[in-house]
Order: sequence, then structure tokens, then C-alpha cells
Amino acid sequence: MTTKPLLEVEDLRVRFHLRTGTVEAVRGVSFTLGRERLGIVGESGSGKSQTGRAILGLTPPPGEVIAKKLTFDGIDLLTASKRTLRTLRGGRISMVMQDPKYSLNPVMTIGEQIIEAYQAHTRSGRAEARDKALAMLEAVKMRDPARVFSLYPHEVSGGMGQRAMIAMMLVTDPDLLIADEPTSALDVTVSMEILRILDELVAERGMGLIFISHDLKLVSSFCDRVLVMYAGRVVEELEAKNLREAKHPYTQGLMRCLPTLANDVRPLPTLSRDPAWAQ
Amino acid sequence: MSSAASLPQPAGLRAWLLSPEPTSRWQARLGRAYLGWRTFTKNPLAVFGLGIVLLLLLVALFANFLAPYSPVTGGDLRTARLLPPSAAHWFGTDDQARDIYSRVIYGSRITLWVVLLVSVIATPIGLLIGTVSGYLGGWVDTVLMRLTDIFLAFPRLVLALAFVAALGPGIENAIIAIAITSWPPYARIARAETLMIRNSDFIAAVKLQGASTPRIIFGHVVPLCVSSLIVRVTLDMAGIILTAAGLGFLGLGAQPPMPEWGAMVATGRNYLIDQWWVAAMPGLAIFVVSLGFNLLGDGLRDVLDPKAAK
Amino acid sequence: MLDIQNLRVTYGTGRLQVDAVKDVSFHVGTGEAFGLVGESGSGKSTVLRAICGLAPISGGRVLVDGREVPTPRDKAFYRTVQMVFQDPYASLHPRHTVDRTLSEPLAIHGEKDAETRIAQALREVGLGPSFRFRYPHQLSGGQRQRVAIARALLLRPKVLLLDEPTSALDASVQAEILNLLDELRRNLGLTYILVSHDLAVVAHLCDRLLVMRHGETVEETTAAALRTNQAASDYTRSLINASQGFSRDAARPESALTR
Repeated sequence: MTTKPLLEVEDLRVRFHLRTGTVEAVRGVSFTLGRERLGIVGESGSGKSQTGRAILGLTPPPGEVIAKKLTFDGIDLLTASKRTLRTLRGGRISMVMQDPKYSLNPVMTIGEQIIEAYQAHTRSGRAEARDKALAMLEAVKMRDPARVFSLYPHEVSGGMGQRAMIAMMLVTDPDLLIADEPTSALDVTVSMEILRILDELVAERGMGLIFISHDLKLVSSFCDRVLVMYAGRVVEELEAKNLREAKHPYTQGLMRCLPTLANDVRPLPTLSRDPAWAQ
Repeated sequence: MSSAASLPQPAGLRAWLLSPEPTSRWQARLGRAYLGWRTFTKNPLAVFGLGIVLLLLLVALFANFLAPYSPVTGGDLRTARLLPPSAAHWFGTDDQARDIYSRVIYGSRITLWVVLLVSVIATPIGLLIGTVSGYLGGWVDTVLMRLTDIFLAFPRLVLALAFVAALGPGIENAIIAIAITSWPPYARIARAETLMIRNSDFIAAVKLQGASTPRIIFGHVVPLCVSSLIVRVTLDMAGIILTAAGLGFLGLGAQPPMPEWGAMVATGRNYLIDQWWVAAMPGLAIFVVSLGFNLLGDGLRDVLDPKAAK
Repeated sequence: MLDIQNLRVTYGTGRLQVDAVKDVSFHVGTGEAFGLVGESGSGKSTVLRAICGLAPISGGRVLVDGREVPTPRDKAFYRTVQMVFQDPYASLHPRHTVDRTLSEPLAIHGEKDAETRIAQALREVGLGPSFRFRYPHQLSGGQRQRVAIARALLLRPKVLLLDEPTSALDASVQAEILNLLDELRRNLGLTYILVSHDLAVVAHLCDRLLVMRHGETVEETTAAALRTNQAASDYTRSLINASQGFSRDAARPESALTR
């Protein structure tokens, strides 16, 4: 980990101005990220995905992003020009989304899409881009990279599609990868494989990773540090290995309410939500 | 949607309508309608369209009181023919010395009659054929859709002309002809919607409760198709009015001396250069009413489109 | 209560033929909860759909109460067997109020007393009368799933087929629904067949379960065996491992903690 943080977020707010009034989806989130794995956990509506999107400048239209500070490697993302943002996005910051079915272009082969992603951010010849794309497909453990290269997204399984997506996102050697529920649409055994690949690549390349998920257990077993979000705020930040010592009742409740193979609790403890948590 | 709903509401009533915990079927339904109305009124053009359509309705209703002259018997043929617009004859007079203003007002009844009958005949036919065909699939679908294709393959006006030629000219026959030629697109829309709805879990759920096929189609599929059909029919109204006017213009729709707008334009054609008002006034009425229906349809789409409604 | 004998489900013919379920057999006793576990494409949901007539039975037999089910299913079958779907956002009619959704099964079967029975059904699933006239879009995911459960219970069935009833819900809501299902089974003496990809959920609700893969049975085992990590097949063991969370090296001590 370097001394200078890769990403600094201070008092990030995402507001949606709707007919019925203003809704604040993210309400004052602050954190810094080095070259480490940071997990953001929360239930639906906690603002975890909007936090990831706001960093990339992908907040959907009626939304407005406000922050005291939002810098990536010293570049202010709030005041940066569209051009700068475009080169950063997909170049130095990448994002892997939940379902490869919706994030891959259905009418382009997987190989073409990786080449396009690479050429958009580097000045390189086609042959070089092709080599790089094949190398990347190999890096995500595709059994036959040359074959996958010429396949269309609908011709591959969900797990392969997500690997192709990761290959595409990592081809530009980004410094920061934001993964929003990258394995939620996949089977458990496949998702473990994907996580292993992601884990290796992140470690190998020394990237920063923001892993957004609803699955507290998964995030804590994968990341170094975990932010627990509730109603748009971070209610607790803790080292993943210290999860058992979580202080906040919400984190504790989230952990306890899952049924486990190890012990049979019946009835399962449910979460009584305290309005004070959202304050 | 009554016009009273546009008046400022007392806070109590609005709260009752928007209650997240309605206590009766009616409150739930009215609350939903109120939300739709609020979406609708966000669109000023749609409200304008609704205004035009309401105006058409009122004019048709009170034609007796609004029209200063008889629509069919004219004035003195020697002195009152083809008079330009004036205080006595706001829209001027035509070649039979009839007051055009009165004829346009009475013509609104015919237009409304056409619109009403066509939608009452064509929409249910399209809805029924579309949902049955989409829900049942298989050979029923094939037969019904080929039938629809046959009707779709004819140019609408030509088919209408053929019908009128066979049944004899007259406003009723024109309406039947238009209705018969306008249902196929509705059937297609209803079928497309049904195909999407058919495989959804809520249909499977009601199937698993032992519901019969007609019950599923009419109770569960049709209500979801109706809204997009209403939008489409409203948007088509302009076309229907124009077709009716076109038939009238060709002399196959309303027969003289009925004050049908299309027929009025047709007579005005002979005096287009020197007495422009004879054709322009009913033409303007056609234009305004068509525009009104189009704007209304656009507004309804915002309210009723199931994809926009959460 | 429920006997599945050599069930086969095949879609398409010739070269396009897909065997979704191949020779699956199991028996569920009255008042028992039985689990079907597997990943996507394992055919676990297809088994449920074949039982209730949403998928064609190409071979084998399905017996309810010792009688083979007729095709198409009759009303008596639907009074005995009901289903709860995975996605509560898709299984409720978007234009029907809760009241309309719940009165439908009563109307279909010509039941009287709709007023009191709807109120009772809502009470059973822990929803108050204030929910009765709401539309689905005014309900949260957990509330919708409760309505779906209430709908399934209205005809007083003996068997409830549960197709991933909690996988679309947040963890805390999942706990509530699982508790509700547990309680309902005890109070009403219901028989459950639960389909899920989540071993922990199946082990929580069911005593016996069938592990499926590619439309075939891998093994039939018990929740107790899962808890003590005594699985006969490698596949089941790999499922157990995967359900423990991600681990950099296979044996990480704290990985057993959270689930």
C-alpha cells in the first residue's frame, strides 16, 4: 500500500430530485482507499451501488453528486472535464457490473469488445491490441482464449461472460476497479472461481478494489476492510478479520440473521431496525 | 377523470387519496386515478388536448343552443350565398346560403358519433382477437393472426371504399367500414402485450389456483393490455376522423345535406380561391380536433404506459 | 404425501431435445419439509413446475396422497398443492390490490366468507388489515412475498411448493420469511418442498434434501449430514465449501463462522 491514498471521498452525497421531493440516496459517505480491497456492504436501498456509480460519474440523470472532496490520484473528479473523466473511466478506473448479459454488447464478439476497450485508452496497433486481448482472456482462465475471442456474448455461459467482462475491464491496467455485485447473478461454485481470478489479478497488479455486495459474509472473506452502509450512510467501518467484533447493532444483526450450516438457530434472530441508525 | 379534479383540493381529500393505507377498494382505486391525473396534468399539452376533446363534447351536446342557424336549411339563395365571415355569419355562408358556423357545430356531433362508434366496435374486437391469440398460441394463434394479416394487407381507405361501395354510401356504413379496417393493429398490440404477460409468474400463480382460461384472459391479461390500447386508439382517433372526412369528401360517407366536415370541405373545393372560408372553416375544425386527440393520446401514454408506471 | 417416481421432463424433439430432468425420484412424508438443492440448470425448479403442471411430465409418475395427478390438473389438485414463486415482484399482478389478489382463489373455488378469510390470511402471514387495499408497488419485497404466501395458503392446501422463496430478498427479510414459513408449517401441519441454491437455507427449513446437477440426482442426504460436513459426493462437498464464503487458501478458520 502506498502512503498517498488512491481515492479520497469526503462527505459524498447523491441526491435525486423527484416530483415528490428530493431523495438523498447517499448521505455523507467518507472513506479513503489505497491499493487495497475495500468492501461496501448493505441491503437494497442502502446507497452502496450509488456510491460506486458516483465515483465513476455514472449517476443516472435526475441525480446530483455533491462532495467536499472526491479525488482520484490527486485528480478532482467533481471539477474534471468530461474529456478527463472519459479517459479515466475505463482507463484507470474500471467497473464490473452484476450481469454480463446487460453489460456486454450483444452484436460484437467478445474479442472485438476487449480490443475496442484497449484501443480506446492506449495508442496501439490492432495486432498489439489483439495480442493483449488474448493474453487477457488467458489471464481470466479461459480454457480456449482464441475460441472465446470470436464468440458473441450470447454464446457463452454467465460465468464465462463475467470473466470476459473482467478481462475487458482489466485490459487497460486500471489502478482502481469497482466491482458492483460481480457474482450475484452466478452460481456459487462459479462465483468462487470468478472471485479467485479477481483476487489474483488484483494482487498481481496492485490495484485498488471496491467490492460492492449485499453479502456480508462474502465481502468479509474477500476484502481487507469493510464499510457497512445503512440508509445512505456508513454505519460502521471495520477490518474484515474483526467482523466478529462488530459494534454496530445493524452489522451484528446482519450477521446473525443468516441461517448457517454450522449452527441451527430457530427462529432466526430478525433485525429490528432502529430509526436512530438512519440519523 | 372529471374536470372537478383539476380544482385545488382540500388537504384532507388529497391525503385521503394518497393514503399509503387505503381502507377500501374505492379509496385504492381513486387514489390510483388521482396519481394518474397528477402525472397527466404535468403535461400542459396533454391538458390542452383534453380541453379540445372536452370542448368537442360540449359543443356536440349543446349544438342546439350554440348554433344560431339551422345547419341544413339555408337563407335566401340570392342574397346569402357565399358570404364572407361577418358578425352575422361568423364563418361565412356556403353555396347553399347555409351558415358555416352552425354547420361546423352540428358537424361535431357526426364526428363524435364516428369516433365513438369506431372505438366501441374496433377496440373490443382487436383486444379479444389479440389476447385470445396471444394467450392460447398454437393453431388458434396462427389462424387469428393470418386473418389479421389479411385485413392489414389492404390499404385502409381502399378497403373502406370497397365496403361502402358494397353496403351503399352513408355515415353508418362508413363507420362500419372504418371499424372493420382499424381493428388489426389493435389485435397486434394486444397480442404482443399478451405474449409478454403470458409467461409471467403472476399468470402462473393464478393458473395454479385453478383459474379457467377465460378467467385468466379477461380478469388478468386484458386489464394489462387495455391501457396501451386506449393510448393507441386515442392516437388513432385523428386518423379515423380524417378517414371519415376522406370518405365524406369522396361522397361515400355522410350524405348531403348532413353537415359532415369532410363533405363540407368537398363542397368548398369549388370555391377555394375566391371563397376560401367554405373549405377552410370545416378543415380547421378537423385539424383542431385531430390535434386534440393526438395531444390527449400522448398525455395518456405517459400515464398509462405500464413501463413508465412503477 | 408426495411421491415422485422416475420423473423425466423433456423439452423439444430431435436434435433440439433437452432433458431438463432425468429420472428423479423422491418421497416426501406428510408434514415433512424436503429440499431440492442445485445450481442453475440443475432442473430443481423444473421438478416443482412439473409437479404442479407448469412443465410437461415426459416420463415417470407424480403421486399426491397415493393418487397419480391428472393432466391437466383438476381443481382438487390445486386445493391440495400450492406454490410460492421466487420473485415477489413478478408473482403479483401489478394492477390488482392485495384484496383482489387474495379474493381470486376464493372466487375460483366458489368459497364463501371471503371477507373473514382474507383478513385471517393476512393475519397469518403477519400483515395487518391496513395492507388489504394496497397495490403491489406500495409494498416492500418482503411484504409482497408475505402476500404471495397468504395467497397460497387461502385454499388451505396440504402441500406448499416453495421455489427459491427468499433469494430475491435482503438477508434480514429472508430471516423473517424463513421464520414465518417455519411457523406456518408447524401450526398448519403443512408439507413443504423447498427449492434453493442456498444450502444453509435448505438446511434451515428442511430435514431431508436432494442434491441435483444437470437434471440428475447427485445424492439424497439430510440436513444433519450437511451440518457435520458428511456428504457422499464431491459435488455436494464443493457446494458446502462454496457456501462458506470465499477463501484464499482452502482452510481458513473464520470462514466457518458466518454461515
